[in-house]
Amino acid sequence: MYDLIIIGGGPAGLTAAVYAARKLIKTLLISQDLGGQVNETLRIENYMGYQFVEGPELIEKFNKQVTQYPLEQKVGSKVSSVSRLDCHFEVKTESGETFQSKAVILATGKRSRSLNVPGEAEYRGKGVSYCAICDAPVFTGMKVAVIGGGNSALEASYDLIKMAEHVYIVSLTPLTGDPITINRIKDARNLTILLEHQVEKIEGDKFVEAVHIKNIKTGERKRLEVAGIFVEIGLVPNSEPVKEIAALNQWGEVKVSTTCETGVPGLFAAGDVTDTPEKQIVIAAGEGAKAALQADRYIRNLGG
Amino acid sequence: MANITVYSTPTCPWCKKVKMFLDTNKVAYKDLNVASDVAARKEMVKKSGQMGVPVLDIDGHIVIGYDEPKLKELLKI
Repeated sequence: MYDLIIIGGGPAGLTAAVYAARKLIKTLLISQDLGGQVNETLRIENYMGYQFVEGPELIEKFNKQVTQYPLEQKVGSKVSSVSRLDCHFEVKTESGETFQSKAVILATGKRSRSLNVPGEAEYRGKGVSYCAICDAPVFTGMKVAVIGGGNSALEASYDLIKMAEHVYIVSLTPLTGDPITINRIKDARNLTILLEHQVEKIEGDKFVEAVHIKNIKTGERKRLEVAGIFVEIGLVPNSEPVKEIAALNQWGEVKVSTTCETGVPGLFAAGDVTDTPEKQIVIAAGEGAKAALQADRYIRNLGG
Repeated sequence: MANITVYSTPTCPWCKKVKMFLDTNKVAYKDLNVASDVAARKEMVKKSGQMGVPVLDIDGHIVIGYDEPKLKELLKI
């Protein structure tokens, strides 16, 4: 039996791990990967102590700080459920392993939202991308569609108009990104903005060849011939493992108190998976620290 | 010594992670920038059957994305 199981290897989980290790509580860190969303950020300019740092480098430094302590780490395991038994927790992974602990910190972050349309899963990687900063150059000289109207969609479009033959922005709503970002792209000659359009399906042969869209006001349908589709429609919290036991808000985020408590004694949550306002690396790290200190207090109060 | 090619783009954090992993483990590799090298881009799509980066070719074994367990297995680290 562990004292504490931390689920998640992003800024919240790794910071919690350091704080827990320094309290000498028997801790296991289970995570699907190290870094989570930070791996998809190349330029970080607002994490204190660094004027500029790349995501993977920052995570490498976080992890070095974690591994200097004798703490068990299980990277590459996805947790499927957390359940409460009497006065301890059972954490199950997708590969069928189970672990028990007195307290749990959920720090699983968020992931890209999917469109949930026919063809999306089939063509993932074959034209459908969720990482514009990674894959945009592969589509140089081709026609592409960016789905979404927020900042990440607009930033993806800004990168793509420099390389692609043509860029379509397909958004269900008016553009919601910052005006400064909208101004940077709106006059591009190779850009078409299609507002109030919904994606219906993605089709192709070996690779994506077209996306079918529908005007939600008029019902008019269009087929855009594109080789690439960049899905930038926001994020969803990875709160599934605790959805049976903890309270979630309307977006699926775990509701927490100012001390990272979930309402389930011994279950704490930190970082982007929670309803804490503002999703930032520095905030997630701070919340991770708070959750670990609170968990330590909880474990000590249990005694034995 | 395995013959390794990394297909990457300069802006891709996962590519950076792959290269950091290889560097840390002192593994030599050829890095092809598919943002500027059109031939490399075509070769990558043909070899991997998909259009996402990073792609690694380790003695003919194709690894898509940052797959640490797979890299460890193929490189016997």
